[in-house]
Amino acid sequence: MRGDWLAQLPKALGTLALGALASVALGQQKLDIAPRATVAIRDARLVPVSGDVIERGTIVIRDGKIAAIGPTAAIPSGAQVIDGKGLTVYPGMIDAATSLGLVEIPAVAATVDQGEVGDYNPNARALVAINPHSAHVRVTRYNGITTVATMPDGGVICGQATLINLYGTSPQEMAVVPSLGLVINFPRLNLGGGGPFAAFRQPPPSNLAEAIATRNRRVEELRQVMREATDYARAKEAAAADPKIPRPATNVVYESLLPTLRGETPAFFRADRAQDIRAALAFAEDMGIRPIIVGGNEASACAAELKAKGVPVILTGVLDLPSREDDPYDMLYENAAKLHRAGVKFCISTGDNGAHVRDLPYHAGMAAAFGLDPREALRAVTLSPAEALGISDRLGSLEVGKMANIVVADGDLLEPRTRVKYAFIDGRPAQLTSRHTELYEQFKERK
Amino acid sequence: MKSRLALWRLTLAVVAATVACPTGLRAQQKSKATLIKNATLLTVTKGALDNSDLLIENGKIAKIGKGLSAPDGARVIDATGKYVLPGIVDCHSHSMLDAVNEGSLSVTSMCRIRDVLNPNDVDLYRALAGGVTTLNLLHGSANAIGGQNQVVKIKYGRPIEEFLFPDAPPGIKFALGENPKRSNFRFPGQTQRYPNSRMGVEETIRDAFVRARDYKRQQDDYAAAKARGENVPPPKRDLQLEPLVEVLEGKRHVHAHCYRAEEILMLMSLAEEFGFRVRTLQHVLEGYKIAREIAKHGAGASAFADFWSYKVEAYDAIPHDAALMTRAGVVVSLNSDDDGRARRLNMEAARVMKYGDLTETEALRLITINPAIQLGIDQRVGSLEVGKDADLAIWTAHPLSVYARVETTFVDGEVFFDRQADLAQREALAKERAELEAAEVNRPQGGGAPPPLPARRRPAYRAGDNCMQITKE
Repeated sequence: MRGDWLAQLPKALGTLALGALASVALGQQKLDIAPRATVAIRDARLVPVSGDVIERGTIVIRDGKIAAIGPTAAIPSGAQVIDGKGLTVYPGMIDAATSLGLVEIPAVAATVDQGEVGDYNPNARALVAINPHSAHVRVTRYNGITTVATMPDGGVICGQATLINLYGTSPQEMAVVPSLGLVINFPRLNLGGGGPFAAFRQPPPSNLAEAIATRNRRVEELRQVMREATDYARAKEAAAADPKIPRPATNVVYESLLPTLRGETPAFFRADRAQDIRAALAFAEDMGIRPIIVGGNEASACAAELKAKGVPVILTGVLDLPSREDDPYDMLYENAAKLHRAGVKFCISTGDNGAHVRDLPYHAGMAAAFGLDPREALRAVTLSPAEALGISDRLGSLEVGKMANIVVADGDLLEPRTRVKYAFIDGRPAQLTSRHTELYEQFKERK
Repeated sequence: MKSRLALWRLTLAVVAATVACPTGLRAQQKSKATLIKNATLLTVTKGALDNSDLLIENGKIAKIGKGLSAPDGARVIDATGKYVLPGIVDCHSHSMLDAVNEGSLSVTSMCRIRDVLNPNDVDLYRALAGGVTTLNLLHGSANAIGGQNQVVKIKYGRPIEEFLFPDAPPGIKFALGENPKRSNFRFPGQTQRYPNSRMGVEETIRDAFVRARDYKRQQDDYAAAKARGENVPPPKRDLQLEPLVEVLEGKRHVHAHCYRAEEILMLMSLAEEFGFRVRTLQHVLEGYKIAREIAKHGAGASAFADFWSYKVEAYDAIPHDAALMTRAGVVVSLNSDDDGRARRLNMEAARVMKYGDLTETEALRLITINPAIQLGIDQRVGSLEVGKDADLAIWTAHPLSVYARVETTFVDGEVFFDRQADLAQREALAKERAELEAAEVNRPQGGGAPPPLPARRRPAYRAGDNCMQITKE
C-alpha cells in the first residue's frame, strides 16, 4: 500500500497544481478521484482543538495523514506549499447524526431511502444506499464539514448507521466506519403528533394509562427481539462447541444485532424527553449494550445519570423551537452549555437529513451565544463527535498520525460569514465546487 | 380522567402566560423615555455610528447623537460594547395564526388573516427574543389566490388592535407551483382540486382577474350613473372580487409565493397585462435566473437565505439568490416563513454575505429597511432615524456574528423582551411548574408519569400547509 503510494508520488505531484487545490475554485465539478497529496500549509493559524492554538505555524499532510504540526514544522521537499497567511486551519467538522446521502428531496418519495417497512430492521444498512453523487455532499463540505454519520430512520430498530467522509465516488470509498452502530427510535409515549401531515398523524391518546401501557408493550417487544438474538447467539455457540447440537438456521436480523449485543458497536437511541432518555438508559443497561443518546432536548434534566454512566449525547435540537409553551425561550440554545457545566459528554449535530447539514457550525455558534465557551462549541463539532463515535484515534483534531481531514478558512469556522478556502479529506484535495457554485457561475453572467 | 387533563392544561396555560410575559414588562409606562448610551448604532440607512446614544421618547426615536443627556425620569441603559439594530421585519410569517389555509377553493381572496390572530402565541415572544418586531402575516400557499394579509407589530400579550400596523397598505397572498397544484399533498381519500398544473394556476388567476375587471366595470358604471343622478340599483357585492379590484386599482399589494423562474415570468406578465405590479415575490428561489426581468417589472423579492432541496421546485435554489437579485437592482429581503427561523433572521442575513459578496449594510438591509419598503411601512420602521418608531433591539455583539444575542427589544419604545427580566423569574416559574406537576389533582389515576403535554395550537400550520414542506420533525 505504502509502496504503491510512493511509486505514484512523483506523478501525483506533477499533476497536482495549486489551482487544483483551490477551493472556491470556479469551474466544473470533477469526480472525487484526486490522489493523496503532500501539502504544507505554512504561516497559518492552527487550531488543533486537542491542544493550544498555534498562532503561526505549519501543518504538513502526507500519505493521507497529518505528518507534522507546529510553529516550526519542517516542510518536506516536493510538497505543495500553501501560504496560510490570514488563514486558519481546523480539523474538518463532523456531524454525528444525519441521513445525508439517503434523502435527496424529501417531497419526492423516489429520492428517499431513509427507512424500511416494519418496526425491526437491524439488517438495514445505511452504507449500501448512500448516494455519493448527492448534491448535498459537496454543498456540505463547502462549509467545512468533512465527515458525517448517516443514520436510517423509521420503525423501532431503524438499521445500521455508517460513518462516511464527504469524498469519494462510491459508498465504499467514502466509508470510514461501514457499520457504526444500531439506530433505535426508543418507544415513547404517544401524546399525539407524529409528523407534519394530518393524514399520517397519530391522534392523542384518550387514556393516559393506555398510552403508557402501549409504550411499555413496545419496549417489551424491543427487549424480546434482543433477547431472541442473544438466545440465537448462544445456540450458535453451543452448536459450534458440540457437533451433536443442531446449528440454528441463520437469521440475518439476529446476526445484525449481535455486534451491538456483544458491545462491539454502540446503539444510538433517539430520545428527547427526560423520561424517554432515562428509559433508554435503563433498557441499555439491562441489555448490556452501549448507548448513545441522539436528540437529547431534555438531557440536562438527567445530567447526573448520563455523567455517571459516561453516556454521550448527540444534541440535534439546538435550533429547534422548545416543545412546551412555558419552556424558557433559550432552553435548547443553552442545552449544550448546561450539559458541559454538568460534565456530560456531548456533541452538536444538525440531525438533518442532508440539505442542511452544512449548517452545523451555526448550531454550535448558537450554543456559544448562549453560554457555551466558543472553544467548547468548536470541539462539539470536531473532537467531541469523534469521541462520541469512538473514532477520536483517527479523526476530530489536528494531531500527527490522524487522518488528514482538515479545512482552511479565512476566519472563525463557526461564523456564517467565514469562507472555507481549502479542504482536504483523507489527505486528498477536495474540490469546493457544488451544484450551487455551478448555478451561480452560470447565471451571474446573465445580465 | 378528562377533567383532570383539562385542569392540567389550564394550569400549564397559566404558567405559560406568566413565563412568557413578565408582569414587570407589561407595566412599563409607555410615556417613559429611554436613553441608550454608548452603543454602536447600526442605522442601516446612515451607516454605523460608534459610541453613540439614542433617545426614545413617546414611542419614537427622538434623538441620535453623542453625549445626549437623559430627560428627567428617563431610563438610562449603558450599552457600551453593544449594538443597536432596528427591529427586524419578517416579510413572510404564519405566526399567531389559528388557521393558515382556507384550502377548499383555489381563489379565497375573501378570507382575512385579520380574523384569526392569536395575540398570546408564545412564538411571538421567542421572535422578540430574536430582535424581530414586525411581521407580514400571510395566508398559506394552498391556493393560487389566497387570503388577505395583515402586517403587525409584535405587541405580545396585548389586545389584537394594538398589533395592527398603523396604515400598512393591505395585501393579498398569491401562490404558484407545487403548493396550489397540491403536488405534495396527495393522500388517500383526498379529493383532487383544480388547478393541477402550472397551466391551471395561470388560468385560475387570469379567470379571477377577468371577473374582477368586469366587476369593477359594473361598479364604475354604477358610480357614473349615480353621479348623473340616475336611480339605479347597485350591483351585487362580491366579497371575493372586491380585494382583486383593489389589486387592479393598485390599492392592495400582491405577495406571491413562487419558486420556478418560468412561473415568476408568467405572473409578472399576467400582472402587466391587467395593469398592476406584483409587490413582492415570496421565496423566489429561482429569482436569480431572471433577476433582470424582476428588476424591470419592479417587484420586490423576499427569499430564504439558503433553504433548499425540500421539494423539486426548491432544488435549483442557491444561497447566492439574494446577492444576485440585489446586484440586478431588485429590493430583496429575507424572511422566515417559520417560527423557528424567525428567531435568527440575523443569521440568515449573515449567511448570504459569503455568497456573492454583499456588504454588511447590504446584508442588514435584507432584514430591516428592505422588507419595510416592500410592505410600504419604511416611513415608520426599518432603520434608526429620528422620528421613526422606536422599534429596535440591543444586541450583545454585531448581529451578523453567530455569537450575538438580544438583550432588550423595544416596540414603540416599550420593552417587550428583556433577557435579564426573563432570567430573573425563571427560578420562581420552575418552582411553580414543579408544584403544579406534583399536585395531586394533576397526577394520573394510579400514579405513573405526569399527564401528556397540551398539544401545540395551530394544527393547521403544523399540518405542513405553510409554504415549505417540513423536512425535519
